Amino acid sequence: MPTLKLREGALAPYKDAKPTEISLQSWRDGVRPEGGRFAIVVPNDTDIREIAPSLASFSVVILDFPKFRDGRAYSQARILRDQLGFKGEIRARGDVLRDQAFFMARAGFDAFELEESRIEGFTEALRTFSQVYQPAADDAVPAWRLRAARAVAA
Amino acid sequence: MYRYDEFDETIVRERVKEFRGQVERRLSGEITEDQFKPLRLMNGLYLQLHAYMLRVAIPYGTLSSRQMRQLAFIAREYDKGYGHMTTRQNIQYNWPALVDTPAILDALADVEMHAIQTSGNCIRNVTSDQYAGAAEDEVEDPRPWCEIIRQWSSFHPEFSFLPRKFKIAVTASEHDRAAVKVHDIGLRLYKNSEGRTGFEVLVGGGLGRTPYIGHVIRDFLPKEHLLSYLEAILRVYNLLGRRDNAYKARIKIQVNAEGIDAFRGMVEEEWARIKDSGVDLPREEIERIRRYFAPPPFEKLPRESTAFNDAAASDKGFARWARVNTVAHKQPGYAIVNISLKPPGKPPGDISDEQMEAAAHIAERYSFDELRVTHEQNICLPHVKKDDLYAVYQSLQAADLATANIGLASDIIACPGLDYCTLANARSIPIAERIAERFSAAGVEDDIGELKIKISGCINACGHHHVGHIGILGVDKKGEEFYQITLGGSGAEDASIGEIAGRGLSSDEVIDAVERLVDYYRANRQDGERFLDAYRRLGLDRFKEAIYADAQAA
Ligand code: SF4
Repeated sequence: MPTLKLREGALAPYKDAKPTEISLQSWRDGVRPEGGRFAIVVPNDTDIREIAPSLASFSVVILDFPKFRDGRAYSQARILRDQLGFKGEIRARGDVLRDQAFFMARAGFDAFELEESRIEGFTEALRTFSQVYQPAADDAVPAWRLRAARAVAA
Repeated sequence: MYRYDEFDETIVRERVKEFRGQVERRLSGEITEDQFKPLRLMNGLYLQLHAYMLRVAIPYGTLSSRQMRQLAFIAREYDKGYGHMTTRQNIQYNWPALVDTPAILDALADVEMHAIQTSGNCIRNVTSDQYAGAAEDEVEDPRPWCEIIRQWSSFHPEFSFLPRKFKIAVTASEHDRAAVKVHDIGLRLYKNSEGRTGFEVLVGGGLGRTPYIGHVIRDFLPKEHLLSYLEAILRVYNLLGRRDNAYKARIKIQVNAEGIDAFRGMVEEEWARIKDSGVDLPREEIERIRRYFAPPPFEKLPRESTAFNDAAASDKGFARWARVNTVAHKQPGYAIVNISLKPPGKPPGDISDEQMEAAAHIAERYSFDELRVTHEQNICLPHVKKDDLYAVYQSLQAADLATANIGLASDIIACPGLDYCTLANARSIPIAERIAERFSAAGVEDDIGELKIKISGCINACGHHHVGHIGILGVDKKGEEFYQITLGGSGAEDASIGEIAGRGLSSDEVIDAVERLVDYYRANRQDGERFLDAYRRLGLDRFKEAIYADAQAA
């Protein structure tokens, strides 16, 4: 499955060399392949804070959506971004549908494993809302902040 | 009332646009019903026994006359001329055509309404006390906090795919009219011993097949931290709540499996991390929202109204209606008027387009343009001058809206049941109608006093039978409709889960059984004792005997 990378609101296929994937279990077992940084695959029932001490070793964290209804990875992504300060790629794998795109991007995902044929619909879905109500892991400014700014300007 | 600004307007309009696209894709066959299902559910569109059902949010139950008129228009234009008020301060339309639903959502957006998050595993329409801003016993109007929660929870990027649906209720009164103890999260605003107002936070209450009363997770939460605390609870739930079994996926199961202390520990730990991370609203935004809920320009009036007293003295029907359906208001000279949607022989909570128009008109003229929808499936006019009560009563009478039974035996909550719902075991609406009929003789209901009868067509408990003083649950016995009685439940500040009173009864038997229960109560009550209090004093066994002794003899 191709990986599509989100940059400035647009999706494009991955160009760079992909980092070596390693499962959380192998990492726990001490496996350390050649090469500098890895893409670690974390199941959605693990406490994401477990990888906090080793974050510097990963350029990518791959989080799983076994079913689109199973939304645990949204919280994992937010903790990674907001609390652990992870700046690398967070990639969504599994049941990744266009109608989740907007939420995923806001929760901190910036890469998605999906067919290239779905780029158009997915990109459209990323733009569903031009305004948001709450701060999250993206740089969208919540309505209350814009209201305050406007009140100051007035 | 809250008014949308361009941000709210944009979000709701963009949602309609998205849904219009989804419906078009469905109608053209580009997506299958299976693929469409999760999308329509996110817009409150269900498939019922006979047709689609659209559930529209009435955030915290507050409506303007203009909004009520629009609901009437939708009922007339796109449905069969009526709507159904639910126990969660929503209105349901039972007969919309799929092709019309985007237009309906547009019509709703025109009056700042929507169907967002009225279904699906997300944070649902937040509910509140229908007397908010009018109740004598409230510490402050809870609705600004409801609106704050509404905005925060709308399209929340992290909490739109929770293990299960999530319901939040807010009250600000000693007397709990919002059933906060049987919600996933219940919030009670109160003044602590230092004179500061904050929230008591309850978590893990709920009905359904495993009913629980909520636990106090925090006894005092400073108001300004509401959103970060909610976010902490939701995150712990989203990460660790069960997802392997839909019936065990509500937060109540998690809280009760972990134990409230362990659960609290996890929430507090998470809260400590995010408390100051910018989730909470700044004071200015809280004030901005609060200003929309400023009290209307009340007149300075004497407590007593001569006009009212004269009318009550000369018109007995009016006097009774006023006694049963009106409630004290915090402003002298005003009253809260309840409009019952439980007239004899009609499905509880149904209201026709003409009645909606009438109610809107009366509210505009006599209640500062405001209406409320109650979780007991009635409507209320929050701010009516006592001087105007007689005129209001007469206008309500003309619209068949003057049934005087609020809180009495025939003010029954009933879910749609087998008449509409695909999950039902049994009908609930006809049972409600027959019980109401049983107590319809003059003076009987008044003599019985406060009695909450609640009926669910299956174990999902949409009719809240667990918290009925008398609860009735539809069960399936070899393909036949049977009913099980529970006794002693309450959803108010003295919340409790009703106890099962024994074997299931046929539809005829259950009506007789309710009557016998009431007879037993009337024969054994003490002075001023409600049914519920008598039950709590006398106990299950004696009431059980009352049901079954005669049932066997007959
Ligand atoms: S309680 Fe059961 S029958 Fe009644 S509406 Fe809910 S699911 Fe349907």
